[in-house]
Amino acid sequence: MVSIQSKGEKATRQGFSDALVELGEENPNVVVLGADVSGSVKVDAFAKAYPDRFISVGVAEADMMGVSAGLALVGKIPFASTYGEFAAGRPFDQIRQSIAYSEMPVKICASHCGITVGPDGATHQSLEDVALMRVLPHMTVISPCDYLETKRAVKESLSITKGPVYIRFFRDNTPMFTDEATPFQIGKANTLIDGTDITIIAAGLQVWEAIQAAEMLQAKKISARVINMHTIKPLDREVILKAAKETGAIVTAEDHQIHCGLGSAVSEYLAQTLPTVQEFVAVRDTFGESGKGVELMKKYGIARDDIVKAAKRALKRKKGRRGEKAS
Amino acid sequence: MRGTDHQKLSIADLKEMARQIRRDIIKMLMISKSGHSGGPLGLADIFASLYFNILKYDPQNPTWPGRDYFFLSAGHLAPVWYVTLARAGFYPLSEMSTLRKINTRLQGHPAPGYTHGLPGVEIASGALGQGMSIAVGATIGLRMDQKPNHVYVLHGDGELDEGQVWEGLMTASHYNLDNLTAIVDRNFCQIDERTEKVMKLEPLADKWRSFGWNVIECDGNRIEEFLGAMQEARNFKGKPSVLIARTFMGKGVSFMEDDYRWHGVPPSEEQGKQALSELEPTKFGDFVMFEWEKEVPEVVK
Ligand SMILES: Cc1ncc(C[n+]2csc(CCOP(=O)(O)OP(=O)(O)O)c2C)c(N)n1
Repeated sequence: MVSIQSKGEKATRQGFSDALVELGEENPNVVVLGADVSGSVKVDAFAKAYPDRFISVGVAEADMMGVSAGLALVGKIPFASTYGEFAAGRPFDQIRQSIAYSEMPVKICASHCGITVGPDGATHQSLEDVALMRVLPHMTVISPCDYLETKRAVKESLSITKGPVYIRFFRDNTPMFTDEATPFQIGKANTLIDGTDITIIAAGLQVWEAIQAAEMLQAKKISARVINMHTIKPLDREVILKAAKETGAIVTAEDHQIHCGLGSAVSEYLAQTLPTVQEFVAVRDTFGESGKGVELMKKYGIARDDIVKAAKRALKRKKGRRGEKAS
Repeated sequence: MRGTDHQKLSIADLKEMARQIRRDIIKMLMISKSGHSGGPLGLADIFASLYFNILKYDPQNPTWPGRDYFFLSAGHLAPVWYVTLARAGFYPLSEMSTLRKINTRLQGHPAPGYTHGLPGVEIASGALGQGMSIAVGATIGLRMDQKPNHVYVLHGDGELDEGQVWEGLMTASHYNLDNLTAIVDRNFCQIDERTEKVMKLEPLADKWRSFGWNVIECDGNRIEEFLGAMQEARNFKGKPSVLIARTFMGKGVSFMEDDYRWHGVPPSEEQGKQALSELEPTKFGDFVMFEWEKEVPEVVK
């Protein structure tokens, strides 16, 4: 098994920030909107470099989405930025009508997602945003796995000229394990580790957890495939079907509610093509709470150990299914 | 039963309590190493006034039907509310050291309910802009039942950027809710910058007036003036009242005062020590003594 190494740590939101500054230079139509959390979501760098193309809307996310739609209508390329909960949840209907239904090429940029945002507590832990965004027709949903992939996703998002893109990222510094040679194409998943017994499909920060889990499984002679499903919509069906056929068991892992996120997307597809044993690693239909990110990952069951346990459950079910004696 | 009367403090004691609240906020944030300093410090005088003079409540029975309802719409201001609730007897003082830690009732933003709920917290807040609507609903419901309870809601000034606030205050005046009093923490600071730079609010009093409210402007860091304005608000009939209370972010700590950069960060160990040295201890006593405070000061010869 190839081992994947971390080359230091950096925040995914920094990748967003760095991409914006480059895009500002490359494309004069790129504009950025901030809703009074500019430092935290790191659009302050763009605002400093291109003050005329930064629009402060105040703490008014619904307004921000409408303003973005208007900007897109007249040819600008708006990046609307705030925390995940206030990017997807708060202005949902504004996004639905003025952006998604109207096919406006707005980039909705959501930082501080997931339970790992920690001490701020449940109100700020966006665990429903993927569900809300992927249910919308015309929406592309991207959840990159590290600093560089976030940067590339933000830059690549310019290629989507019809309809909106939702890009989900996180607050904390996390391992960097992709590089320029790693393929990145919106809608095309990356198989990071090949394996034959089981497939772990993960997005966002859970990709790193999945890699660690695969190594732990390897030590127990279980060969786990790891897929980075950075694009949750449109889903890379080919890769999923192949994994289902070749490994016969799937674990999905995400920092999100168990309902309607990545896991659901995968199972919705497989239910219609090749029903496959699947275990879900996700927050189990509960709100979060304050605490450190790592503590919460453990308490709410989305740490690497939970992926390992889920893999074992899935393997047991797979064996049972084949009529073999479950060990 | 009514909990307010035995809680009422003299003006001198209210001032001392406000200072104690500030000390508690600093110590609490030094322990949690996460949370908001600026807004909470600026509101210590208002919270001392609310819980030790104005509000009716029973800390032993937080859902006492005769209570006044208080909603903290700007949930990030929780530290000042939490320490005040502890000082008013809603929960043990020692629990203040659990702010933002796993399994705590002192969630980063106020939580209701059975899982992490703190006594005295009526409903969740943290996502800004929702408190006015809730207060309007509560006031209408209480009035339907001919109940005299007064309803209070506190907003940050930056929070007023949220459109929902204005929807709610339109509803409040449409229904002539004179049992509703709003307080705006007018410190001219929000996260990115000063309020007028992020999103212009002025002329703020005129805006509220044009929405049909009785507007009272006052100094929110002067307890006598704030109490007087509150009295005036409660006596006013026919319209809801708002106190636009001028406060200073970080009030009481020289290096934080009127500086928006203190919106969302806790003091470091050194800054905390400095802050505490500027806030004289009070007769109410701190909820925790740090190791360094117990050390016998060196005698300078
Ligand atoms: C809906 C929503 N958007 C954004 C935030 C992030 N946020 C928390 S506090 C704050 C600024 C509020 O400013 P103000 O009300 O003036 O509070 P102060 O700075 O005086 O503490 C923002 C934008 C939030 N909590 N909720």
